Amino acid sequence: MTMAEKTSNKTVLFNPFSKNNPVIVQILGICSELAVTAKLEPAIVMGMSVIAVLAFSNVIISLIRNTIPNSIRIIVQLVVVAGLVIIVSELLKAYAYEVSLQLSVFIGLIITNCILMGRLEAFAMANKPWPSFLDGIGNGIGYTIILVIVAFFRELLGSGTLMGYQVVPQSFYDAGYVNNGLMILPPMALVVVACIIWVHRSINKDLQED
Amino acid sequence: MNKQSNTYTLIYIIVLVALVGTGLAFTSMSLRDRQQQNIAAEKMRQILASVHIVPDKGQVISDFDKYITEQYIVDAAGNRVEGDAFDVDVAKQVALPAAERRMPVFECTLADGSRKYILAAYGAGLWGPIWGYVSVDADASTVYGAYFGHQGETPGLGAEIEKPAFSDQFQGKQMFKDGRFLPVEVVKAGQKPAGDNDYVDGISGGTVTSKGVSAMLDNCLTSYSEYLNKIRS
Repeated sequence: MTMAEKTSNKTVLFNPFSKNNPVIVQILGICSELAVTAKLEPAIVMGMSVIAVLAFSNVIISLIRNTIPNSIRIIVQLVVVAGLVIIVSELLKAYAYEVSLQLSVFIGLIITNCILMGRLEAFAMANKPWPSFLDGIGNGIGYTIILVIVAFFRELLGSGTLMGYQVVPQSFYDAGYVNNGLMILPPMALVVVACIIWVHRSINKDLQED
Repeated sequence: MNKQSNTYTLIYIIVLVALVGTGLAFTSMSLRDRQQQNIAAEKMRQILASVHIVPDKGQVISDFDKYITEQYIVDAAGNRVEGDAFDVDVAKQVALPAAERRMPVFECTLADGSRKYILAAYGAGLWGPIWGYVSVDADASTVYGAYFGHQGETPGLGAEIEKPAFSDQFQGKQMFKDGRFLPVEVVKAGQKPAGDNDYVDGISGGTVTSKGVSAMLDNCLTSYSEYLNKIRS
């Protein structure tokens, strides 16, 4: 392996964590960001599922990229993604039933997550399997990081719990503290994502647009 | 071969769909047994939750066999009919006219020897179906406990019906008053129902779901009224 390949693989894996984050820089996958971030636990499982589906669909599409007829490439991508998502959903139902109950329809909605189609079109269709795999893992983790941060604030401020455990002490409630019910509602996920983008752009000045 | 030709495209998509279809069918077949077990165990957990029994992990089935001493089906006139209560699809029964319904009853004998009757209910919430199990004491009127489940109510709002904070309110409520059957109602906190029914507070922000629970109890528990009357007399 040459030096250039090494660095490029590294960039492919680590860039999506921050500099090229799918959610806060590419602004993809916002829809599911609203749906599954009211509590921390489903957010983590959702993140894991997206990482798995994204990595494997990237590899599969990359393997067959030279055989796909151009006119139906989006359909082929959708078939592969949908197949993988159903497998993940079936596996959860068999081995993590309670989690699958919590996530209910949202696992199915991974199919419509823009990050998947975005990465398949932009990366897997033009790159070899191994970099595509790393790209999938990287973007999946980048997505999960934001998901977990948003869910952390929404669960903490909205329900006073984390992972279902009470963290805001009872004495706060006795003194008049009230959970912010607004945080549970989907629009607050957008506000939290916007705040993350704000902080992120203030730190990374090169990402700022005029 | 020309990869952009119609023939190639057609063959490609047929082969792809056949492969993916086979893969999915295989996955589904090989996982089905496990999934059915999980679904049955989840149902058992919910039934036990209505009598305040929370089994340890992996203990659901053995606890269910231990506490649920008898299960049978009753018709609208309160008579027992043949069949396996656990397999009754409450959703289908509720869709029938009240006189034709066959509803399941689970008899539970607690560790202290007291007997509870567990009744099933099924209705509609805001986004999808809701269901529940209500247990009554041996007097067939006092509610001992309740469990409510839902498919996709809003987390933090309608979904709160699942929490003990909501279902524990039902404990001690009476369903018979002066010989009349009056199912427990769910009303907005601070309000009272129009009739003489016992009531519990609904969930703020989950009005439609709370009303759904109230309508479900009214609709389903009424199917048991003759049966409960028989136990009382």
